[in-house]
Amino acid sequence: MGLARYIVQRFVLTIPMVFILLSVVFLVLRLMPGDPVLAMLGGRNVSPELIEKKRHEMGLDKPLGVQYVEYLGGILHGDFGKSSRTGKPVLYELFSRLPATVELAVWGMFFAALFGLPTGILAATRADRPLDHTVRVFHIGSFALPIFWVGLMLQVIFGVKLGWFPVAGRLAGRYAFTFDRITGFYVLDAIIHRDGALLLDVLKHLVLPAVTLGLAQTGLLGRITRAAMLEVLDADYVTTARSKGLKERAVVMKHALKNALIPIVTVLGLQFAILMGGAVLTETVFSWPGIAGFLVRSLDSRDWWALQGTIAFIGIFIATINLVVDILYSFIDPRVRY
Amino acid sequence: MTRWLVQAVLWPFRRLQAGRRAIRHQTLLKVGLFIVISFILMAIICGPQGRGRYGRIPGVPPYNPEKSYPEFPRLAPPSAAHWMGTDHLQRDVFSRVIAGGWAPIVVAFASIAIALSVGSLIGWISGYIGGWPDRALSLTMDAIYSFPSMILAIALVAVIGTGITPMIAAISFVYVPTYFRITRAEVLKVREQTFVEAARAVGVSGTRLLLRHIAPNTVNAIMAVSSFNIADAILTEAALSFLGYGLPPPAPDWGFDIQNGQRFLQAGYWWLITFPGLMILTLSLGFGLIGEGISDLVNPKRRRKKIG
Repeated sequence: MGLARYIVQRFVLTIPMVFILLSVVFLVLRLMPGDPVLAMLGGRNVSPELIEKKRHEMGLDKPLGVQYVEYLGGILHGDFGKSSRTGKPVLYELFSRLPATVELAVWGMFFAALFGLPTGILAATRADRPLDHTVRVFHIGSFALPIFWVGLMLQVIFGVKLGWFPVAGRLAGRYAFTFDRITGFYVLDAIIHRDGALLLDVLKHLVLPAVTLGLAQTGLLGRITRAAMLEVLDADYVTTARSKGLKERAVVMKHALKNALIPIVTVLGLQFAILMGGAVLTETVFSWPGIAGFLVRSLDSRDWWALQGTIAFIGIFIATINLVVDILYSFIDPRVRY
Repeated sequence: MTRWLVQAVLWPFRRLQAGRRAIRHQTLLKVGLFIVISFILMAIICGPQGRGRYGRIPGVPPYNPEKSYPEFPRLAPPSAAHWMGTDHLQRDVFSRVIAGGWAPIVVAFASIAIALSVGSLIGWISGYIGGWPDRALSLTMDAIYSFPSMILAIALVAVIGTGITPMIAAISFVYVPTYFRITRAEVLKVREQTFVEAARAVGVSGTRLLLRHIAPNTVNAIMAVSSFNIADAILTEAALSFLGYGLPPPAPDWGFDIQNGQRFLQAGYWWLITFPGLMILTLSLGFGLIGEGISDLVNPKRRRKKIG
């Protein structure tokens, strides 16, 4: 009963959030110095008539208020405009690319957890000793990684020099025409097809982009893990477990970690926004056919509606993710009552 | 007002002076300061001096970073003559790397300074006034804050244009909600404390209360965060210039140089991207270490934990 009410309440609160976000996107893109039409036509030596014509075509000659209402109304109806580059509705372009981005983000989180959790636990169990300080510097270093550069360096080392992994795309060229897209999540698709060689190929393409994305998240996750573990290691039940004569390893991995996981999982979910930001650069560097890559290509070709639509879409997407994480939180931690 | 401003500027230094004994053991802070100061010196010494000229000291940088030298080999790996090799336009990569530091430093400092001033001002006022303006502002700021800052910055720059000023405008906009949230939360915390109540009882005016009693107490929280944000802003600047929204082409800029190097990556010319990237990483790490050091200094919680 309480939970259902909370979910409804939380959902109702998300609506003004999304509304404000969309308004901010609209205002910022309209009121900032810089003309979308000029930007689209790409030069200053364009005839005024052409500019006026283009402006009329895009509906930018209408009063701001009318534009605003049309923009919000369009989004409410699921109309995000039409991409001038591909000629297809922006929403269609985005949904066809969403699985690629989500797949990348999920595996990025997997690698972030793979690097971040053990180092965080290690640092907490050796708190304030040399190992802790070393790990701490590595975690700060992870914040300082320029993500596009990491991607390129991994490409040079593991793609070009060693030749272990492919450096671009989601699939090898030989699958390009035979591949049957079912869910759009290629790992899942490969499993559904029961094709081992295909699965291997998909995973090989995933490794470098996912590691790139994951490395930049390692620091945050590691630090949260360390803090959460320190908190838990001080708790009475850990002292009890130790005094029972349990091995330190069992105490840390079973009794402490289980309880420390609650804040860690929450943060992992809320990290999604940062992950999307990193995905823009990762997708660009690895020619990954996702939403973020679409955004950058829309910028390059001055595709105004695609830009505005993609940003609105990402905003709604992230608000939804935050809502879901918030609700999931109550399932992870049964102590949370609403 | 002026006196207060001076106080606010001097505050961090006084704070650091007071904690000199503490600083003695602040390895992180010292390493961070060393990195950042060296990079700033490097930017001052090797930065642009008028159109197309670089460096204050003759011979530093060894060659003009913008100029193609016909006698140089194309895409030569690092050697004694060219420590970081040469690029496809027969330019010296080392000269470009040491001359390219000023743009990220200027952009990061300027944008965080603007974001800090604007964000904290709105935060103080909003938190102090309360009521519906506060609620509306908080919702707006939260909405911007929840959006990936990197994507927002890229979109803004795409609309405003390329170059130093648009980058500063975009990055500072992105960080305003951060400072708004911090200062507002601090104001709400401080507002209810006894010393504020006492000041109010004595009949201190609203503005004076805000400026003299509440605002200085929020500086602590702002300090540590700004350093981390500068580290982040450097990465954002690098990313923007990597995507081609930075300095116009012949000028040396790490992010853009990496984008250039990307084309030659398949051929294995690693030096074009490795060195500019290492510079970005080191500079950002320097600010990160300073932030970590400051939060150790001003946050006694961690130290108390150490004893306990």
